[in-house]
Amino acid sequence: MRLSTYILRRVAMLVPVLLGVLVLIFVIAYVIPADPARAWAGPRARAEQVQALEERYHLNDPIYTQIGIYLKNVFLHFDLGVSPTTGRPVRDDLKAFFPATFELAMCAFFLAIALGIPLGVISALRRNRPTDHFSRVIALTGVSTPLFWSALLLQFLFYYKLGWLPAMGRSTIDITRYTGFVLIDSVLNWNWTAFGDAAIHMILPAATLAFYSMGYLVRITRGSMLEVLEAEYVITARAKGLPRKIVIYRHALKNAIIPPLTVLGVEFGWLLGGTVLLETIFAWPGMGRYAAGSIVMVDLPAVVGYTLVVAMIMLLSNLVVDILYSVIDPRIRVGGKRR
Amino acid sequence: MEARENLLVVDRLKTQFFTYGGVVEALDEVSFEIERGEIFGLVGESGCGKSVTATSILGLVAKPGKIVSGRVLLDGENLVGKSEQEMNRVRGSRIAMIFQDPTSSLNPLFRIGYQVAEPYIYHQRRAKRQALKDATGILAKTGLPDAVEKSRNYPHELSGGMRQRAMIAMSLTCEPDLLIADEPTTNLDVTIGRQILDLVKDLQREFGASVLWITHDMAVVAQMCDRVGVMYAGTIVEKTDVRTLFRNAKHPYTERLLRAIPSAVKSADKLEEIPGSVPQLIHPPTGCRFHPRCDHVMEICSRVKPLEQEVEPGHTVACHLFGREREGT
Amino acid sequence: MRIPGSMLFSSRYRLLQKRLHPITKEWGLTFYVLRHSMLAVVGGLIALAFLLIALFGSMLAPYDPISANIQDRFQPPSASHPLGTDTMGRDVMSRMLAGAQHSIKAGLIVLAIAVPLGVLLGGIAGLFGGWIDEVIMRVTDMFLAFPSLVLAMAFSAALGPSLFNAMIALSVVWWPMYARLVRGQALAVRETSYVEAARSRGASNWHIMFKHILPNCLSPILVTLTLDMGWVITAAASLSFLGFGAQPPIPEWGRMVSDGRIYMLRAWWMSVFPGLGIVLVVLGFNLLGDGIRDSLDPKLRRLTEVTWKREKTSSSSTD
Repeated sequence: MRLSTYILRRVAMLVPVLLGVLVLIFVIAYVIPADPARAWAGPRARAEQVQALEERYHLNDPIYTQIGIYLKNVFLHFDLGVSPTTGRPVRDDLKAFFPATFELAMCAFFLAIALGIPLGVISALRRNRPTDHFSRVIALTGVSTPLFWSALLLQFLFYYKLGWLPAMGRSTIDITRYTGFVLIDSVLNWNWTAFGDAAIHMILPAATLAFYSMGYLVRITRGSMLEVLEAEYVITARAKGLPRKIVIYRHALKNAIIPPLTVLGVEFGWLLGGTVLLETIFAWPGMGRYAAGSIVMVDLPAVVGYTLVVAMIMLLSNLVVDILYSVIDPRIRVGGKRR
Repeated sequence: MEARENLLVVDRLKTQFFTYGGVVEALDEVSFEIERGEIFGLVGESGCGKSVTATSILGLVAKPGKIVSGRVLLDGENLVGKSEQEMNRVRGSRIAMIFQDPTSSLNPLFRIGYQVAEPYIYHQRRAKRQALKDATGILAKTGLPDAVEKSRNYPHELSGGMRQRAMIAMSLTCEPDLLIADEPTTNLDVTIGRQILDLVKDLQREFGASVLWITHDMAVVAQMCDRVGVMYAGTIVEKTDVRTLFRNAKHPYTERLLRAIPSAVKSADKLEEIPGSVPQLIHPPTGCRFHPRCDHVMEICSRVKPLEQEVEPGHTVACHLFGREREGT
Repeated sequence: MRIPGSMLFSSRYRLLQKRLHPITKEWGLTFYVLRHSMLAVVGGLIALAFLLIALFGSMLAPYDPISANIQDRFQPPSASHPLGTDTMGRDVMSRMLAGAQHSIKAGLIVLAIAVPLGVLLGGIAGLFGGWIDEVIMRVTDMFLAFPSLVLAMAFSAALGPSLFNAMIALSVVWWPMYARLVRGQALAVRETSYVEAARSRGASNWHIMFKHILPNCLSPILVTLTLDMGWVITAAASLSFLGFGAQPPIPEWGRMVSDGRIYMLRAWWMSVFPGLGIVLVVLGFNLLGDGIRDSLDPKLRRLTEVTWKREKTSSSSTD
């Protein structure tokens, strides 16, 4: 089928899935026995206060009513409710914290791709030589090291011991926020000191995230490249007398890049999950920290809002990956079915 | 002796694979010659080393294999030991190859027009647009209907026969002196296969190329080839022109091979099997590699490897039944 | 696998052997290749060591992992305390030995729930196809889009923070991968002639599932499972680190890293060693999983089969 049809179909698929996610989290929140209103009101609240909260948040209504109200708010008014702990609309909170997380995730993402895929390719080309072993060790270590520990270690090394990089926070210089992405904003402000400041703060958290993600990418790329290099169409290309570079980087690589590509969507989602951990350790003012805090306070609207946003991002990134996949591989378009 | 000159001389080619389990002696001093303009068939069972011979000629032996000794002379020039760059100038332009499975031998992500055009671009420095046009031209020559449209198709959008035509087109772009065809009809329907056979024959005549035709099918040999070499377990056991082969085969293996196919057998006789199985080439049989399965085996056969003997002009056999005893491994 | 016939003569055993034959006939070669891959062996040994520590750690620990011993607090690594002591004077090594079991339990809980669930759903989706397949796949997408860490945290916060609760939550989101795996296999196997022949003989769907689809999936499932073990352990440790998993004084390794965090400058060994332990264990499982995956690689198997068969025949016992 044509590319545009494929895209439309996939986008249409998003909606029921998103709805499903919403329903799911509501069900879970409903099933879990907890008394959120009491937690919100505080330990010294009087019964009427608790009751008022329950009324306001429809906690006593049957679940389908609750879901219905929420859905209506979300889709008609883009209203994610009000957080009982901060008192602010969840949407505003998330909007405030979203850029930090997204920026971090994107930086880590690009770092991982820029390092991981080339390393995987080189590893495959120089199979069993020192370069290969070196990168495999790095990849394996990266994949085996828990995020929180490597974050801690890197912090210890680069801040406490060496003093090269800051341990916490996102930036120390104030600039006018246009996009909320400090790196971009500092450029827009033409404030290069601010840019440097933001970049320095970004290095540790992004590198920590990238280290793990990169390991995975290297492994997948290497494996895929090795497989493709033995493929018959590569032999054909060589038998045609094509220059080695063309055979490797055009015929082989284009095929080999497909498995890593399909993984990228998952990887990005994983990165987002990892931000929860990292933001806690690096005191990064992002959604992850917000979510962690909200969970402790049983701040249902906040948690639901966060889940919705993250789910949305993950579904979108998977969609982008799928579209890229169908652009690269013409076989997919014809079938239309995702394998 | 030879009225025509030799285009390709394979001289005692020895290719081995150094694997985890041991050394696989895939080719054991294989020798044959292909004259200009002739179709030379290399026939044998699966695993006898026909494909390895082809890849060795082109210097494309898959790791962990390598050519251990021997020469491959193309117009007198030895290809063994040439650098990769030098070989790339030979591949695709002076020697071209078509493969058994056109589905997996074509890159699924590129249109076939582009894949056919590549030799034009890289060997003859044609501009891309011109190359694509020329590619369409040669595709049409192979009998591909609607060549202009089809050249914009991807491999998976075409049928097996069409893909094979594309492969043939791809190989003929630079008008090679030698075309190596590695069982191109094995994976195709019988009728399509016949078309391909006729096509190659026509094109060969038109371009004047020599062909090394690799197959396990004696019927194809009878149709296509001028001269034939019979391979068994990495060695050439018999070499002659096609007529003589069918009428007057000397080597025990060739005889049994002929008896095992329907077309060469009269309807009254049964099809015969060759007892035993193809040997493991990690530890090949000593002496003559066929001796464990041979009806006429003699004491010397397990000790000494038989060298090729000319039993009549243009007809050689490697068997102790014919010829004086010589020392060897 | 070759079992000396002299050991077991019962015909019932032979019947079992015959039944399992399609699954086990290739495993001899698998083990052989595995044995000869150094990295896989190393990984396997690490995993085994970890298992043993998890089982017997509490007994092996020289010091009490729970009770405090204030005068010995913040001891750097020494002969008497190879990994140092923590803020309460407890021996770090002992705590690690005693804490290993929690990580393994976490892994086992999650996988014991997720794998059967995923395999079942994937098998059904692939086998029946059509709208059942679509629905199950959409559900899979749903669960995959879920931020799993947050879900585990939420569960844990609501039900009461404990490793067990967190693991239940994780297993709820862990099954999709297995479902996808099995579904892919099911779709492929469904079209084969084996299945066609079986169906023409009136085989029921369950039969096809268990005799044709699942045996083919065993290998990739095994690989994924082994690799997953490492990931679940990491996830459990991460949750404990954040405070949503194991609670003090349980010496879960992630928890220990978190406890030692504020004392990094004073007593780095509190956080470094437990973390190092996690790295080692996950490394082991990754190596093992990689090794299994390689041993199932058809090319490698073909190359090794020659040596294996030769060794078998030269040292075979008579039946």
